[in-house]
Amino acid sequence: MITIRVCESDFDVGVEIDGLMAAGVGGIASFIGIVRGNGGLVSLTLDHYPAMTERALQSLADAAFARWQLSAVTIIHRVGTMASGDRIVFVGTASAHRAAALDATAFLIDRLKTDAPFWKRETFADGRDNWVEARETDAESAACWV
Amino acid sequence: MPKILYFAWVRDAVGVAEETVRLPDGVATVADLADWLAIRHPIFADRARLRVAVDQVMAGFDTDISSAREIAFFPPVTGG
Repeated sequence: MITIRVCESDFDVGVEIDGLMAAGVGGIASFIGIVRGNGGLVSLTLDHYPAMTERALQSLADAAFARWQLSAVTIIHRVGTMASGDRIVFVGTASAHRAAALDATAFLIDRLKTDAPFWKRETFADGRDNWVEARETDAESAACWV
Repeated sequence: MPKILYFAWVRDAVGVAEETVRLPDGVATVADLADWLAIRHPIFADRARLRVAVDQVMAGFDTDISSAREIAFFPPVTGG
């Protein structure tokens, strides 16, 4: 079972974990991304490529299913404007065994950071705002899964 | 005539989110298109800073676009 959502609204972590449990499994792993508030950040705005985003996330979920014994994958990514401390992304996997769930979750968030068409724009208390630059370490983490 | 889309700071630099263009003769790949766009907007000459999708799939600068319907240029992605 694959669940993909791209939406402005927040998500309920408990509801998403329950959804993964419904797949009937031995274990669930998850990653939740939270907006960091360092450097006087006031808000973070997520832009994306609507026609491509869900397709890109679906293809990551398909790749995880092909590589590990999984019973369910959920990927939720928020878009629009968020504040420091807000949830921004949820990746969860369910499997009969922990290694598959943990590895697949790490794979999905690492690859999401380099393969899914989202862009962050930061707005600071002093009025500055700028597009976030991609980090070299993200490309290195994603490359580890090839 | 393919639609060309721009995202994040590429959109800011170009000034529009999308445009439909008639490709000139000789424009066969993403690289050719970037060279042609660079005549108007120098940012397209700096390929290391750009990523591209052809028909909503990540692509390289050597990708053929002769039958593409939608080509998107954007910076390296920063989601997650």
